Amino acid sequence: MSKIVITVSDVVTRFGKNVVHDGVSLNVRQGEIYGLLGGSGSGKSTLMKEMIMLLRPQSGEIRVLGQNLLTITRADATMLRRQWGVLFQGGALYSSLTVEENVGIKLKEYTDLPLKLIQDIVRLKINMVGLPEHAADLYPAELSGGMVKRASLARALAMDPKLLFLDEPTSGLDPSGAEAFDNLILKLREVLGLTVLMVTHDLDSIQTVVDRFAVLGEKKVIGEGTLNEVTQNPHPVIKKFFGGKRGLKRSRNGG
Amino acid sequence: MESIRSQKARIRQFKSTDGVITLTSFGDWTIDALRDAAGMLEQFSGTSRNVSIQWDVSDIGSVDSAGMMLFIHYYDVLKSNKCSIKVIGAKIEHKKMYGLLRKYAPGNSGVGPAFSSRFLKPLRNTGKNSVAFVLDMTAFLAFIGENFVNLLYSLLHPRSIRFGAIVKNIEEAGVRAIPIVALTSFLIGVVITYQGAVQLEKFGANIFIVDMIALSVTRELAPLITAIVVAGRTGSSYTAQIGVMKITEEIDAMRTMGFDPHRFLVLPRIIALMIVLTLMIFFADIIGIVAGMFISHVHLHLSYAEFLHRLQTVLEVKHVWIGICKGPFFAWLIAIVGCFRGFQVSKSTDSIGHYTTISVVNAIFLVIACDALFSVLFTELGI
Repeated sequence: MSKIVITVSDVVTRFGKNVVHDGVSLNVRQGEIYGLLGGSGSGKSTLMKEMIMLLRPQSGEIRVLGQNLLTITRADATMLRRQWGVLFQGGALYSSLTVEENVGIKLKEYTDLPLKLIQDIVRLKINMVGLPEHAADLYPAELSGGMVKRASLARALAMDPKLLFLDEPTSGLDPSGAEAFDNLILKLREVLGLTVLMVTHDLDSIQTVVDRFAVLGEKKVIGEGTLNEVTQNPHPVIKKFFGGKRGLKRSRNGG
Repeated sequence: MESIRSQKARIRQFKSTDGVITLTSFGDWTIDALRDAAGMLEQFSGTSRNVSIQWDVSDIGSVDSAGMMLFIHYYDVLKSNKCSIKVIGAKIEHKKMYGLLRKYAPGNSGVGPAFSSRFLKPLRNTGKNSVAFVLDMTAFLAFIGENFVNLLYSLLHPRSIRFGAIVKNIEEAGVRAIPIVALTSFLIGVVITYQGAVQLEKFGANIFIVDMIALSVTRELAPLITAIVVAGRTGSSYTAQIGVMKITEEIDAMRTMGFDPHRFLVLPRIIALMIVLTLMIFFADIIGIVAGMFISHVHLHLSYAEFLHRLQTVLEVKHVWIGICKGPFFAWLIAIVGCFRGFQVSKSTDSIGHYTTISVVNAIFLVIACDALFSVLFTELGI
């Protein structure tokens, strides 16, 4: 069995009186594409934010690339942040910088490579995610929704991360765009040896790219495993999730 | 962590007797370890022309896309220098990565802007800015026109006037601004009294301080200072409010529901500010004169009774009216510029700050320009 990259054990999260997670545990293995599913408000984005140190759980333990996030030192946290890339749902590109500057910002801040090489790497990443050449000089406000997603992915990939966090990567993309995005992630995983954790509720993505996933519901993980393993789970929330009309249609057509 | 432990990427150069240069690469070609190799290759590619090269990559450890990019870049550079290159010993996974990245690698662009285009840049910028200025003015005139059409419609259909919004804006822009307006006009009264008192005392003309305070405060200072405070406080908030509504697409939502943003957002703000600025100028008149009276008493020992008596004789009511009449004009300028800039905000976070700044700068400039116009006008008319 391959190495475990992310371990979440018994995480409890509360916002005031509102309990979001009550003992959530899951494991992400190296090299896999792991999905985090759940209805709206099931706390999947919150869980991801805890994994990337934007939020702190009330109790429990989260280990990412061998580091315990609750007891991590400042220096280790900086090292860890260099080794992952995050794609935010809305892109979160810096609006005062062009696409090229957005993609290159981590390279400029964290490495001592010559500027020419940085520029080449940035162009490479921009081409890799399928953005047209001229997009490099545009500002985020001038991009369409799909281009923002791609630019943001290019930025997440800039430092060749070992670990990629994607928050709803295909939301807001048209079906063919979403499929191309999924294929891109598969290819990148193969070539760069990425481990990918994605928050999604796109059933197509779950069928085509995700190796294993966890379904969050009722403040816990109610199912974890491959698509086949999870769909056999009799839990009513899972039944509802995959048994709905949209779910059925998908699996009949593509399944 | 692994990236710290990675070996520095290195290249050894060896020239055999038959003229073939062998480049032997070692170490990890990963983002943190590339610096030395990049420097060496830059130097090597600059001096090598028309030679045959054997590039041995068999000892390279791990490679990431930055390392592969470095390889591709200098491979291309050497190729374009008419060198023949043979790569030997590539590992399977490196070949696979090369296969994927090669087709995404950027072409050899490296050409900066030509001299002439750099030389022409100032001219191009001047042209661009001039066109932008003309377009900006056109848009502003169109905005004013649209606003007047809506005003006319509102006057013909008085029921469509949003009285609730007007009252709310009066509270926001007027009632809540009273403390700051009071403070600034009090201080202005203090300042001019002190400045005048020193001069007038020399001539023993203490009593004329009343003339000075009364005329300067009511005709010029109270309207101007109040308008500047309001431009900074309310004009900027108009731009920011409307700008945020533009970003969140609330303005578009209003349009689709048939709520004209001019009628719902712009007119209430303009009308409210025109009412409230006029009232605030009167308020600032009183505070400014009271401040002057207080300082005259302290500094020039002019009793309150003397001051008021003199005030009654020198301050004709027309001076107060002249000051107050400026109110609606200043208010209209501030509000229309604030709203116009708000509508120009585009979908990015800096543009709010950008347009808010422009809005305040424009509003203050227009207020002062308008005040200068009034001064000339009133002087020529002999009022």
